[in-house]
Amino acid sequence: MKALNSMKLEIESRSVNEAFARAAVAAFAAQADPTVEEISDIKTAVSEAVTNCIVHAYPDYVGKIYIWAGIFDNGIFRVKIKDKGCGIEDVDKAMVPLFTTLGGERAGLGFAVMESFCDRIKVRSKPNKGTVVTLEKALCGRSGADERN
Amino acid sequence: MAIRTTVTPMRVTISISGEIDHHNAAALRLEADEAIQSNLAPNVRIDFDEVTFMDSSGIGFVLGRYRIVSAYGGNVEVVNLSNKFYMMMKLAGLEKLMSLKTK
Ligand SMILES: Nc1ncnc2c1ncn2[C@@H]1O[C@H](COP(=O)(O)OP(=O)(O)O)[C@@H](O)[C@H]1O
Ligand SMILES: [Mg+2]
Repeated sequence: MKALNSMKLEIESRSVNEAFARAAVAAFAAQADPTVEEISDIKTAVSEAVTNCIVHAYPDYVGKIYIWAGIFDNGIFRVKIKDKGCGIEDVDKAMVPLFTTLGGERAGLGFAVMESFCDRIKVRSKPNKGTVVTLEKALCGRSGADERN
Repeated sequence: MAIRTTVTPMRVTISISGEIDHHNAAALRLEADEAIQSNLAPNVRIDFDEVTFMDSSGIGFVLGRYRIVSAYGGNVEVVNLSNKFYMMMKLAGLEKLMSLKTK
């Protein structure tokens, strides 16, 4: 299926870019006429995935984060967040709520938050190669709500 | 992101405004812990009224303060949560550790 419209963004894995990344994706999603709630869900999920690239994928150096977002028929919004960092040994285990490989104040809830705010999440990862997180959310939207319900 | 602390003998109130993410959580921690550790008040209230965004870093922030405050025998409460933030904190099971109040 081809996206009706799409965008690409490449950023350095600096924590100051977390706010920029989620705002940019949200601004792109806005053309699909989402509700305030839906935009907020997208921002939260994107923030989790981008933060993971910064703290986990490239733990002690600055790497590149590749973001792709697309709007499909029926208000389906998809966003891919990719890194070429350390990768995840065991994806199923990483996605278990409260699981974290970093101490400090990581809550181990990034994937749980992405899952609860999106309709679908797919994680592909290879150790030492990198990780791609694909998030999908149906935007019922302000105008779409009455049409589609 | 900004933080304001109010101190009374029984309580330290930490009012946060703006966005809480991994980037600004460090500065938030620094200021909150300064107020918490110099007062050791029996109650620490974290006010989310003016928080416009948070991801799981916000949960980590609350949990981290909980650990510090409960270590000296105090208790933590989180107030003025939006429904969404409340739901996220419940995802982490925080309601079992402290009082969570929505707006
Ligand atoms: N992009 C990534 N690259 C490498 N490891 C990752 C990535 N994203 C997540 N992980 C791994 O999955 C674990 C769980 O992630 P998450 O649920 O976001 O919790 P947290 O970030 O708080 O540790 C992380 O601790 C890390 O080990
Ligand atoms: Mg995370």
